[in-house]
Amino acid sequence: MPKILYFAWVRDAVGVAEETVRLPDGVATVADLADWLAIRHPIFADRARLRVAVDQVMAGFDTDISSAREIAFFPPVTGG
Amino acid sequence: MITIRVCESDFDVGVEIDGLMAAGVGGIASFIGIVRGNGGLVSLTLDHYPAMTERALQSLADAAFARWQLSAVTIIHRVGTMASGDRIVFVGTASAHRAAALDATAFLIDRLKTDAPFWKRETFADGRDNWVEARETDAESAACWV
Repeated sequence: MPKILYFAWVRDAVGVAEETVRLPDGVATVADLADWLAIRHPIFADRARLRVAVDQVMAGFDTDISSAREIAFFPPVTGG
Repeated sequence: MITIRVCESDFDVGVEIDGLMAAGVGGIASFIGIVRGNGGLVSLTLDHYPAMTERALQSLADAAFARWQLSAVTIIHRVGTMASGDRIVFVGTASAHRAAALDATAFLIDRLKTDAPFWKRETFADGRDNWVEARETDAESAACWV
């Protein structure tokens, strides 16, 4: 069961910093996961505003997550 | 030599430059980011993704080493709450030649702004606070280095 992490305003919107979830059948990619999360939280439907990391490496919505341990959703970064 | 630090405390620019000089080189270039105080900003809080941050900075330093003839790279990024005028980020490079040091420094700060998992939250004197939105120009600057 992968851990899902949220940062910045994504964390504010979801209400928790992280959760461990059992992925439903048919959730194979980041996009599938975002669609599933969007049922509870509409922000996940607005992919243009979201960035993602899979196992602590920046990833795209087409990334396979079937063996991922950690998936993070966050806004475009603003460091520096 | 690669030095990466993510910390709450301030850094001493002189100490960091001395550290780069110890690599034995022809020149050093650096960029220091300072918290801007415009619009009544009282404080800036830096959130990050602790398990990923150092790895992301390390991979930027590795990319700079692969692209330019460098003898040392130092990247320091502060997290937590800072005030207007505080130092927030240090990027320094050492090389036998100035072009490599200057270009690598610009590459590192441009790419750090789009690739490293940090998020700024601003708090203003009138009580407002909000997450800073990423700027399109930052993505354009980072894309120039591909």
